Parts: sequence; structure tokens; C-alpha cells
Amino acid sequence: MTNCPTLIVTVGLPARGKTYISKKLTRYLNWIDVPTKEFNVGQYRRECVKIYKSFEFFRPDNEEGLKIRKQCALAALNDVRQFLTDEGGQVAVFDATNTTRERRETILRFAEQNGFKVFFVESVCEDPDVIAENIVQVKLGCPDYTHCNTEDAVADFMKRIKCYENSYQPLDEELDRDLSFIKIIDVGRRYLVNRVQDHIQSRIVYYLMNIHITPRSIYLCRHGESDLNIKGRIGGDSGLSARGKEFAKALGQFIQSQNIRDLKVWTSQMKRTIQTAEALGVPYEQWKALNEIDAGVCEELMYEEIQQKYPLEFALRDQDKYRYRYPKGESYEDLVQRLEPVIMELERQENVLVICHQAVMRCLLAYFLDKTAEELPYLKCALHTVLKLTPMAYGCKVESVCLNVDAVNTHRDRPSVRFTNTHPLSMSVSLVLVKQASPIINLRTLCSSFTTQFGKPGCNVMFIALHVVDNKKINILYPYSTIKINLFKSTS
Amino acid sequence: MIIYKIPLSSHKFQYISGKFQIWNISKIPQTKFPENFRKSSRPQFTNCPTMIVMVGLPARGKTYISKKLTRYLNWIGVPTQVFNLGQYRREVLQTYKNYEFFRPDNEEAMKIRRAYASNALKDIASYFTKEQGQVAVLDATNTTRERRGVIINFAKEKGYKVFFIESVCDDPEIIEANTMQVKLSSPDYENYDKEEALVDFLKRIDCYKMSYVPLDEEKDRHLSFIKIFNVGSRYLVNRVQDHIQSRIVYYLMNIHVTPRSIYLSRHGESELNLLGRIGGDTGLSSQGQKYAKALAEFIRGQSIKDLKVWTSHMKRTIQTAEALGVPYEQWKALNEIDAGVCEEMTYEEIQATHPEEFALRDQDKYRYRYPKGESYEDLVHRLEPVIMELERQENVLVICHQAVMRCLLAYFLDKSEDDLPYLKCPLHTVLKLTPLAYGCKVESFYLNIQAVNTHRDRPTVKSLLCESE
Repeated sequence: MTNCPTLIVTVGLPARGKTYISKKLTRYLNWIDVPTKEFNVGQYRRECVKIYKSFEFFRPDNEEGLKIRKQCALAALNDVRQFLTDEGGQVAVFDATNTTRERRETILRFAEQNGFKVFFVESVCEDPDVIAENIVQVKLGCPDYTHCNTEDAVADFMKRIKCYENSYQPLDEELDRDLSFIKIIDVGRRYLVNRVQDHIQSRIVYYLMNIHITPRSIYLCRHGESDLNIKGRIGGDSGLSARGKEFAKALGQFIQSQNIRDLKVWTSQMKRTIQTAEALGVPYEQWKALNEIDAGVCEELMYEEIQQKYPLEFALRDQDKYRYRYPKGESYEDLVQRLEPVIMELERQENVLVICHQAVMRCLLAYFLDKTAEELPYLKCALHTVLKLTPMAYGCKVESVCLNVDAVNTHRDRPSVRFTNTHPLSMSVSLVLVKQASPIINLRTLCSSFTTQFGKPGCNVMFIALHVVDNKKINILYPYSTIKINLFKSTS
Repeated sequence: MIIYKIPLSSHKFQYISGKFQIWNISKIPQTKFPENFRKSSRPQFTNCPTMIVMVGLPARGKTYISKKLTRYLNWIGVPTQVFNLGQYRREVLQTYKNYEFFRPDNEEAMKIRRAYASNALKDIASYFTKEQGQVAVLDATNTTRERRGVIINFAKEKGYKVFFIESVCDDPEIIEANTMQVKLSSPDYENYDKEEALVDFLKRIDCYKMSYVPLDEEKDRHLSFIKIFNVGSRYLVNRVQDHIQSRIVYYLMNIHVTPRSIYLSRHGESELNLLGRIGGDTGLSSQGQKYAKALAEFIRGQSIKDLKVWTSHMKRTIQTAEALGVPYEQWKALNEIDAGVCEEMTYEEIQATHPEEFALRDQDKYRYRYPKGESYEDLVHRLEPVIMELERQENVLVICHQAVMRCLLAYFLDKSEDDLPYLKCPLHTVLKLTPLAYGCKVESFYLNIQAVNTHRDRPTVKSLLCESE
């Protein structure tokens, strides 16, 4: 998506939402598979100056304070460099006030030296109510003020803001016209966007322009128990079972009792979610993007049947459930891509109830709760349970409401037994026979799974995929150029 | 046997996949799809009609933006139409004399201009109410606060949302390039020679300059607008109200005017193509491999600067790209339309095993969704990020599939939903699209490698209609 790493630099007075934006943006970028990390200079300061005394530390004439703060900023930049060059990171978010042109110059020079692109995100806000709310929500609970009472903390923090105000040089349309930046004014009422350089910056701008901080809740739940659920079969497009219909009614009652203002209801285009929504008696919108993961050749099979018919596929899926793609179907990774417009629209909306499916709900939940690709496919999303997500401070509060209607359990835990190295091989050749029955094995997944399992530093792995046609001909499958193929010789 | 025609995309039909079942039996002798099917089931982009109002001096790209935006919105399924006041003027005046018509002290002209401007507004109202339009783009200078006030009041009365798009440009080179490209060839200057036309046009711009009041951050802070500076180097966005405005802003921030070309081609002939079967994921036939090599030579011959190559995740496109010997990106979104239960069947087999499906597809090929598969409409939705990225990029070669290429082509050539599924995209032919003035120049290159024909024309007799019991 981007060929050289990007450094996002926040700019703004304290309590303008810089950390909120940094964390949210980092969460979003990681979810869409762009390795991102935030570097909060405040954290570095707290590690350096163990105990926070008062706002005096931030006075512009406090020489010692200035020295320490500069050191912390440089230490953070150093870690940024390590993350972007050595650790495979693609985006780093440098979260600090960066209110002077001089400090921003330092950062620009640093980025130029290292070949990083820079994108500034400035938050400008003069609304005293918003600032006061910020302070109450996030500043008072922060480690700096654990020993203070509320009033003292607020007074001290306001003096802290004053220390920055005098030397604050906001990004300027004219003077900074060669820089790439977005200025967010009054929590999103207005934006000034200058010189967007590439795709990732364009996506970041689009995301920042769609988020808001109006209090609201998002309700996630699965469809009611379906006929195929009862039979233990995956996928398909069946209707609700009797208990599923009960759940739909219970859901209707639950929603009414919550007294939600202007609730939007979204479903997928599969019968079971539509029937669940119908019972609510309110208008709902159908999204094809919310359809369950397509299990391809394994649709409507039971897990035992899959294990019998496609043992290799079954094993591979357990190796890397996130990236594994069902033959002629989808992977969780594909799902996340498919769901990105849904997430974008959820960010724009206020109160929404999303009635979807197990894999889909896991992806959405992973976005809101910042779960990694490893954890995502094993998140617990039980039938007949509603999750209420309320954005709070820097994260998300989750309330789980089980509506007390029985249902089967469709959850499969991460298997404890996986492929293990039986003996250390210095070099060996792996022949992978790809049979006609499963013509569309995702070679990349196959190879990466084997490499993670058997590969060791210095060890090379070579894959020759042989396509057996009618048990007679053997074609060598065309190599996909995206797989790194190394050599792995055998002793036997 | 009674066969009922039921609107394909009404939500009560959609979840009936595979079997021809009727959820609520009712004889609906409709040949057109009822308008409310969209409102009841699809995600809403906007709940009330939106007026997009262009603002800016002449030769600032307002018509270019209007047409491009309209093309994009129609392609993603939002009925949109442009209302260009210049057109209205030409209908009223028949012939254009000179710039004097635009002088701010020309009382008579002012009266005429106000009259046709208000006609345009009436037409917009009629477009929203009678023709189910959702977005109307008012393409005019709208340079005074007074004129914008009239439009805002009109919209408030009728309950329409208003979103302003202002294009501000003071780079004389860009203005001159604009003028040369589109103004001098306009009907207004048919009888002028180039130099006189240029002089007259510059005087026309001057007439507007004096009374031009740009949108202001402070004074207009209650309005929803985007100000585009110098063809996109800077944007000011104020008060985006809803989803469609957010999408419009995103789109406007991704388009550019740098000259470039987009090459569209299908994969080389595949083994399933030879067998007359649809879908699947096979490799190239020997003819297909020849095409891949010919494509590589063709591309080298074109000497394209910084060409990006995109393929789908299917073997046949990847093998075609491999022969080029350059890096390429794989997009899952470029995969061929999923034919569901009909994958890898021939059209004859589909007709034999799923006769009703086969007939329904011919009824409305755009909206028809294969059981457990996709429709062209789904494809368009899937391809939207590809289009957005194509707009951002410069020179790109896209190696894709028949249905996918039809969707992309329909976007660039502004084809309707009706025409889209029948666009001709033969194998072994490269289409070179070069954006030009308000549209797109198309050059077709057949690389002289024989291939089967996979095109099915629109059937002349629309089969299936109510037979008597």
C-alpha cells in the first residue's frame, strides 16, 4: 500500500484530542493490515521523570525541563526509526504537542535522513466545553495526577496548557504550504487538507474525516440460531430454528427496553439475519458486505466431514486461521477487507444495531477492541448474546447481554496440538502434492504456514507444488511470484 | 404453469437462493423494477435529495468536476444529473454574440440569466420528484453570495440538502490550458477564430471577477462545502453532513488532472474458455500464452512511464502478467464475477439445469445474482476501491476478466446499467483509455492472436413471460 514508511506527527495544544486520534488511527491501520505503532512522548517523559510535580515542568523558561523534554522526544524518534526500518513497521504515529515550527523542523530533518514521508495531523479547538470534557475524561485519570484531587488537577492542567499557548505556531496555509497535513478544526466541523502524497495518506484523511466523538453505542449480535446451526453445519443460507425465532422476539424486547435514540438496524443479505431483524418491527438496511465468510467447497459441511474430505485444508486452517482461505471461498483477511466500508460507515453513524454472523462479528469486534490477527479468529461470539460497545476515553466499554434463550455452541477453540518439528533439519526438500479435488489451494498460505512451522533462521524451504491431474499427468503448478522461495535440502 | 415475474432485487426474493420460490405470492405484472425496492433493502447513501452547487470563476474546472462526479455517482448507483446553466443559456439565446452579455451592468441580460437560472431550479425539483433522482449538480459560476442565497432558500423550502464545491485557481497556466482545451471548441465560439475567442473569453472572466465573493471560512461556516485550491494541492472542507457528502469529498480528493493512460485487458485465453465454460480458475491455453508474450511486446512498444500492473488473484491473469516480466499487484477485488452454482458450466448446461435462472438473467443481466454467486451490481460495489485507486494512480495496466472489465469500462465511458453487461470486451484486445477534455478517448488494439469469442449479445426476444395456465 505504501512503498516508504510514513511518520504521522500530531500537532496541537494539550487536551485537543491528539492521543485520542493517535490511538484510534493506530487501531484502524492495524486492523486493515498496515503495521502501525504510536509513540507517545508523554510516556517517555513519565519514564524519565518518575514523579510529576506540577505544571512548572512545562514552563518555557524551565531550562532543565526543556532539556529533558527534548531528550524524550529524541528517544521517541529513535524508537520510531527502529520500528520503521528494523521491525517492519509501515506507519509510526508520533504523538506530542509539536507546537513550535522549530520542533517540527527537527522532525522533518529526521524523516528526510531516514527516507520517511511525513504527514501532520493538527487538532485545533477553542470550544471550552470540549476541552473541559477532555480533561475530565482522560487527564484526571492519568498517572500524572493520581495524587491530586480533581480541582487541583484541573487548575494545574489549565496552567500547563498556558505554558504552551504563547509559543504555539499552528500549521499555516501559506508558510507550510509544502508540507502534507490535515488541520482538524473544532472536532471535525472543518478540515484543511494540504498536499496528500499517496494512498495511505488519502485513506488516513478519509478516516479522520469520518470519525466523531458524539456519545453513542454500537450493538453487535448474531442472527438467531439457524437450522444449519442445529445440524452442526457451517455456512449455507437457512432460516431460523424455533429457538432462533424466540431469540428474535427477545431481541426486539431488549432493544425496546434500551430506549435507544434513532437506532439504525443493519443485517446481511442472508435469510437468518433478515428474519431476526424482521421480528424487531423496525426498518433495517441489508449489507451484502455483512454476509458470513464464504466457506467455498466446505459450505454446509460439518467440521468432522471437512476433516474427512479435506484433511490437508482442515490442518492448514488451524495453522493460520486468519490468513487461511477456503478453496473457492474466503479468509478472515478477505473478510476484513470486505468489512472496511461497514466500519467506515459505523464510524459515521451514531446508535447502530448490527445483526450479523460469527466470523463477521469477530472481525468487527477485533476492530473495536483492538485485537490482533492471531486473536481475531478465536474471539468468542456466542449465539443469542448481544454485545453493547460504548466508546469511552481511549477505548471501548463492552457489556455482554445474554438473552437467555438456549442455543448450540458454534465456537471452536484454538487447537492445542499443531505441527511440530520432529527433528532439526538443516536442509530438506518438501514436495507438496496438490490433488485435483482441491485445485485452488492458496499456495501463499500453505508456504507461509510451513515456513513458520519448520523454518528456522538460516534454514531454507523450497516448495514444489505438483498438480496431479487424473492420477496420470503431473504438472508443475505455475509459481506465484509473491512467495519467497528458498532452498531447503533433505538429508534423506 | 404460471410463471410470475418478481422484481429480482426486492429483499424478499434475494434470500431465496437457488430455488425458484415465492415468498409472498402475488401476481406482479411489472416490467420495471419498483422504485422502493432500493429504499427498503439497500444501504442508504442519503435519505433526502442533495443539490451539489458548483462555485467558481469560468475556466476553473467546474464542468469537468461536475461531469466526473456525476459519472462516478451514477456508476455506484446514486441517480445523479448535471444541470449546466451554460446549456440553458444556449437554448434561450440560440447564438452567442460576445462577452457583453455577461457585463454586470447589462440589465436585460441579467433578467434573462435570472430567468433561466430559475428554470434550472424548477427542472431540478422535477428531477427529484418525478424522476427519482437523488443528486443534482448545479453547474454554474454562482459567484455571488446573493445567488447562493437564492439557491439555499430554494433548497430549504423543498427539503433538499446543499453541498457547495468551489474551485479556486490563480495559476495562469492552468487557466490557459483549460481555456484551450474546452472553451475554444464550445458552441459559443464556433464563428470565432482562436485568438479572438481567447480575448473574448478572458474579458468574460473579468466580468465575473469584480463581483466574485468566494466561500468564506467564517461567514459561511454554517454551510456544507469543499473548497478546492489549485487543482487539488489544498482542500478546505466544512460541515460534511452525511454519507454521500463524505464519499463525494473522498472522491474529489483523489482525482487529478495529470495526463496518463489506463490500459484494460483480459487475461489470455484460458483452458475453460476453450471448453466454453464460465468461471473457474484454470491456466492459460497455448493461444493464451502467445497473447501474454504479445502483450509484453506491446507494452514495451508503448514506452510507458512508471507503469503499474494489476491482476486478480486468479491463475489466468497472474500467468498473463508473469510474461511481462515486471512487478505486478494482485487485487482480489478484480476476480471474475462469481457464478455460484453455475461455475464451470457451459451456457447450454445452465439453460438445461437451471432454466428459470437462465431466463431471469436475460431479463435483467445487471441486477441478476447467480444463486450463491454475484450480480454485476455486486461487482460494481466490489470494484469501487479499484476505481478510487485508479483515479489516484497515473499509468496503469489492469489485467482482468470479462465482467470486471465491462464494469470498469462502464465507469470510464459513462455507460448505463442497461448497457454495461453487454459491452464488448473480447479476448486478446487491449483498450487504451486516455482522459481528454470532459471524457475519455478509447483506442482498441487487437494483438492478432486468435481466441474464442466469449460474448453473448443481449437476447432479441425477451423470453419468459406469463404463459397461460
